Amino acid sequence: MTTALPPLLLPLLPLLGAVLAPVAERWHPRGPGIVAAVATGSALLVALLAAPGIAAGNAQTFAIPWVPALGLELALRLDGLSLTFALLVVGIGLLVGLYARYYLPEETPRGGFHGLMLAFEASMLGLVLSDNLLLLVLCWELTSLLSFLLVAFEPEDRRARRGAGVALVVTAAGGLALLAAALLLGHVASSYRISDVLAAGAALHQDPLRTPIVLLILLAVFTKSAQVPFHAWLPAAMAAPTPVSAYLHSATLVKAGVFLLARLWPLLGSTDAWLILVSLVGLASFVFGAYVALFKNDLKGLLAYSTISHLGLIVFMFGLGSPLAAIAGLFHVLNHAVFKASLFMSVGIVDHETGTRDIRRLGGLMACLPITGTLALVAAAAMAGVPLLNGFLSKEMFFAEAADPPIAAAWPAALKTLMHILLPAAALLGGAFSAAYSLRFGHDVFFNGPPRTGRCPPHEPSWWMRLPVAALVALCVLVGLFPNQTVQPLLLMASRAMLGPLPEFHLAVWHGVSPALLMSAGALCVGVLIYVLRGPIFTWHERHLTRPRAERVYLRIAGWLVSAARELPARLGPATLPRSTAWLFATALAAGVLGWWAAGTGAGLFGSRAPLPVNVPALVAALILAASVLAMVRHPERRFAAVLYAGAIGLTVSLAFARFSAPDLALTQIAVEVVTALLLLAVLALLPSDAARTVAPGTAGSVPPRALRLAVAVGVGLGSAVLAAVLLLHPDNGSIATWYLAQAQPAAHAGNVVNAILVDFRALDTLGEITVLAMAGLAVHLLLDDTGAAPSRISRANAPPSDPDGAGRLLLRVLALLLPPAALLVAVFLLLRGHEAAGGGFVAGLVLATALVLDWLAWGVPTPPRGPRPVVLIGIGLALAWLTALAPLVLRHALLTSFHWQGRLPLVGEVSVGSTLVFDTGVLLVVAGTILAVFQRLAGPPAAATGDG
Amino acid sequence: MEWLVAGATGLLMGAGVYLLLAPRAFTVVLGLLLLSYGANLLVFAAGGLTVDRPPLAPTRPGTTDPLPQALVLTAIVIGLAMTAFALALVLWSARRTGVTPNADAGAAQPPADGRAPAADTGQPRP
Repeated sequence: MTTALPPLLLPLLPLLGAVLAPVAERWHPRGPGIVAAVATGSALLVALLAAPGIAAGNAQTFAIPWVPALGLELALRLDGLSLTFALLVVGIGLLVGLYARYYLPEETPRGGFHGLMLAFEASMLGLVLSDNLLLLVLCWELTSLLSFLLVAFEPEDRRARRGAGVALVVTAAGGLALLAAALLLGHVASSYRISDVLAAGAALHQDPLRTPIVLLILLAVFTKSAQVPFHAWLPAAMAAPTPVSAYLHSATLVKAGVFLLARLWPLLGSTDAWLILVSLVGLASFVFGAYVALFKNDLKGLLAYSTISHLGLIVFMFGLGSPLAAIAGLFHVLNHAVFKASLFMSVGIVDHETGTRDIRRLGGLMACLPITGTLALVAAAAMAGVPLLNGFLSKEMFFAEAADPPIAAAWPAALKTLMHILLPAAALLGGAFSAAYSLRFGHDVFFNGPPRTGRCPPHEPSWWMRLPVAALVALCVLVGLFPNQTVQPLLLMASRAMLGPLPEFHLAVWHGVSPALLMSAGALCVGVLIYVLRGPIFTWHERHLTRPRAERVYLRIAGWLVSAARELPARLGPATLPRSTAWLFATALAAGVLGWWAAGTGAGLFGSRAPLPVNVPALVAALILAASVLAMVRHPERRFAAVLYAGAIGLTVSLAFARFSAPDLALTQIAVEVVTALLLLAVLALLPSDAARTVAPGTAGSVPPRALRLAVAVGVGLGSAVLAAVLLLHPDNGSIATWYLAQAQPAAHAGNVVNAILVDFRALDTLGEITVLAMAGLAVHLLLDDTGAAPSRISRANAPPSDPDGAGRLLLRVLALLLPPAALLVAVFLLLRGHEAAGGGFVAGLVLATALVLDWLAWGVPTPPRGPRPVVLIGIGLALAWLTALAPLVLRHALLTSFHWQGRLPLVGEVSVGSTLVFDTGVLLVVAGTILAVFQRLAGPPAAATGDG
Repeated sequence: MEWLVAGATGLLMGAGVYLLLAPRAFTVVLGLLLLSYGANLLVFAAGGLTVDRPPLAPTRPGTTDPLPQALVLTAIVIGLAMTAFALALVLWSARRTGVTPNADAGAAQPPADGRAPAADTGQPRP
């Protein structure tokens, strides 16, 4: 194993093309097609060049770490199996790209189309090459997503949008199951490398998680490969443009599930859940799909159900637990991709030339489209399993396995006998239906009387459009005639990578008269019989089997889910603020209680720390607090009293801070208290009294009942009291506090550790906080921008009408003359000492803001305004803080690195200054500016503040 | 003393929630105020109660935990900004509707001036 480029180049080239295709469209309308051809062609070249080495058994790997902590790495591995699938993806991608170039109408945005197709190709290649489970899941989901975008490529088509939605929901749900399975697998194998996981087979087989893993993986496989009962999305996705159907929904995307089966077959292929589910679901899909396909009138619908059927056949082969069957499954993957893609493209030509895909309106096209007709007939014959074509070979292997199912070997005798009858019978039935619908496809469209379409005679399309079909049909014939010279090396390479040592097998057109050959012949004969008798069978089907269509069932379930989701909020009551808040707190409470209960920490809840003794001042303070809170709760409608109570509560809290060694908090809390009280009073003055107002009429039930409010409140209160007690009584056994306390002086040159944390250690948090603060200030500023909204527009320079000279505010005005300079001084003092003692930018900003607010209340804002506007203050503050944060980057230091200078200034003496001071100044300006901005808006013009009280 | 502080925290939180569930906007703001006092005390409690050992140089053994203090300090100021913003919403709503927003209008509802497009949120209108 070597680190090699091909595994990386394979997905990278189409990805590059995906980026370039939309750009190329601007350069030339044909540009995207050329980009697609070049990108896919070069990827094909890379794959072909790598093939000899891979075939010799040397896998190539490429790995670089991506998110190592999650076990996610960009690990790609090119071995025989992935190379085979990659050749399939790239080869058919090249042909479909060529076909699309002539199929798409002129006005189609080709850049987008080819871009998406190439992106899909890249993710599909990533999927098959991935050597990391998580990367595989990622690519798996990417293919689902791109399939969605491609199906809905014509978004104005309602059917396309719906089909895309169905396909996305079903396959993405499977992707989630796959993610869960990948995580479990990675957990069991303790590695996400697929090669490691495959090597850890023994450990996995003893693990109890084995069955859930298998079930989840199979869910992903069955949804992706459209197996019953998850098949609804594939017929729905037929609303896609035909090249998309040919590429994604026959050759590649739906084979992703099968690829996963093949990849994990050595690991899980012999577990019971796998054997039973895979074989039964596969067989059921095979028969069911073939049966339904017979009755489809839409050609693409017929092909879609035929795809379900053939995928069922392949899946069945992987569920038999025999290596030979798995090889046959792989063989049929290749054969099916070749003939089904060519059939889809033929249908596209028919649709393109006649304007319809309805079998009932088509017929006799052989006269008008002889070449396309011949090609389609050969491909249809391959689909039916006619000898000398590729489909025959793999189908015969399928019949051989079904006739002698190895699955029954370990089972009881009765079951064995049943299986020996049931499996061959089902296989024969499905084979017969396949032959019948293939015959119907060929005969009804190309023969069966004269042409019946309106736009007749249709003519053959350009050679370029038939070339991809012809190439694929040629492959059908070549593989059918000379399997050993064409497909066997490929098959050997893939099987060896999958299975290791290979069992004896050889491909041959003639094996002698065997049960399988007889079954093949029997299926063809019965198929012809069914087609001949189609009249009565169709009538019987119409009369007796009006089964529910899968897509309709899906839509009904989806509709039910959506309406249930709509009804749920209605049942929770009117969506009013109190009700929503009640739900919020009740849920939080329930989660907390549940967590507590689940943790089972009943005893020893409260730690052993010795509580401090209670003294009289503390008791008095607590009483004041309790009385204020209770009074406020009792009569919240007495609004001015409530503001006073709030003040009392805040002061008590700040006393507590002061008592318990938090001088900074005490200072800040007192300053905030002053501003809060002023704010509340200012707003109250403007807010109409609603003391008498109850809830607006007709809104019964918009407020939770009083008992519920009380219950939630008591619950939250009790919960937080217990939580606080737990925290407080927890024994102090060391915390990061020790580090901060020890490092403040040496690292941050700070005496005040709280300030050091704010402006140095955790300055990034503070930066975020002041940004939020600024946003709140600006939000208020914009929200209450009273251009036209204010009830009365009074010039702010004017004194209130009732008090023209401002005489009533004489005292205030005198005070306002004296206070601001002093306050400014105090603010500067607090700011400067903040790094050493209690103080700092936050408190200083609050003090400054209080003074400015006082000045503004007393004098108003003069016209024209002088002095800095609050918004400017905020801006300068933010800029200072951010500059201090970003400046170290220029000097190649980490973000927010602080610098420090200590020295002696003339006249001043010993000085110690850090860049944190600039940061703290920024904090000051933001706080002061925000509060001022809020006041100027909230309190409206000062005149109004004293107007109605 | 610890029990006293824990009780005060619980009382503030409970009362805050009770007022928050009230139908009147100004009461809701008062509830927010009480709730933030309670939450601040709760965070502060994480550092434990220490008397006379402020986190100022020179630090002595037994100095209190500075980290909750730093958290609470910014929380106090942010709480002020939030109160201001809530008040602004109340006032804005009152100016638009002429009515103090109650339970029906909510503090975050679009203005009920009749012209605002009623966003279909599947919300029942009794």
